Amino acid sequence: MCTYQTTTLPIEGSGKGAQGWFPVTDATVYFDHPVHASPAHTLNIDLRNPSRGPGARVAMELDPTAARALAHAILQTLEDVPSALLDPAADRV
Amino acid sequence: MSDAMRAETVSLTGHQGDQIEGYLAQPLGGPPTGGVVVIHHLPGYDDTTKEITRKFAAHGYLAICPNLYYREAPGESPDDAAATARANGGVPDERLVGDVGAVVDYLRGLESSNGKVATIGYCSGGRQSFLAACSLNLDAAVDCYGAFVVAPPPKGAPLKVSPIVNLAEHLSCPLLGLFGAEDGYPSPDEVAQLEQALKDAGKPYEFHSYEGAGHAFFASDRPSYRPQAANEGWQRIWEFFGRFLDTH
Repeated sequence: MCTYQTTTLPIEGSGKGAQGWFPVTDATVYFDHPVHASPAHTLNIDLRNPSRGPGARVAMELDPTAARALAHAILQTLEDVPSALLDPAADRV
Repeated sequence: MSDAMRAETVSLTGHQGDQIEGYLAQPLGGPPTGGVVVIHHLPGYDDTTKEITRKFAAHGYLAICPNLYYREAPGESPDDAAATARANGGVPDERLVGDVGAVVDYLRGLESSNGKVATIGYCSGGRQSFLAACSLNLDAAVDCYGAFVVAPPPKGAPLKVSPIVNLAEHLSCPLLGLFGAEDGYPSPDEVAQLEQALKDAGKPYEFHSYEGAGHAFFASDRPSYRPQAANEGWQRIWEFFGRFLDTH
């Protein structure tokens, strides 16, 4: 079935898409049919910059287990980073 | 009978005079025939939907699939266009009716048209096929597992659409509904509620629900494909269009 579950959020950073690197401004996270991956449903992430057109997109279609592992890895990595490095002011050094 | 066909992208004038594109497939050399507007699924104007469009032409019908996401993403790949459309909340109902209405007129204006036109839609297009049939003067319509006709989208869903079952009294043509008994969107209960609304309104309809099939059982490129349900469904479609689109 289509689950239609979708979360959207503003983000800040860069991504590399078909046309090279670009600043990303929006993220869409949803669980639905993939375009390319094999499972019937995948955890999909689109990092986009709508001001640069629909092609400014980095897309991922992840097996749910892989998506959880990735999410944990992201959070764990951020946990392990010295807090000073997470301070935008300090990061300019 | 010749099996020749011509298939190509054409420019169309859609809702409010906007230029959009569509994929037109037409049999060549036969007598005037009926037309089919193929309404693509949420993943967009993709290769598999174009293949379905050619299938209708191979069976003798004029068929066209309008690119409902053309305005947001002209010339972009179908998956990028669909991602943008999803983020925007899908296609507004008013615009959908305007685009499909323009395509219906386009088909009826073709020299090889017999004047009869149907819509068929898959997934989100199933709901839109029902919507078009309740808003436009059509000869037949097919709803393949369209969700959110009866129930609203769940919290967190990207589609900004509302239930439209209240439009049943305005249905302009016979409706063929093809559903998976194991689908959750629409659920069997929602299908039953739609059927009851059509009964109450005294409208002609024919519903089939297939055991062992869920959502998107026609999608031959996905794990949801159920060959038996799809083959039986296609047979129902040919019989239905034979009754309502052909000139006997």
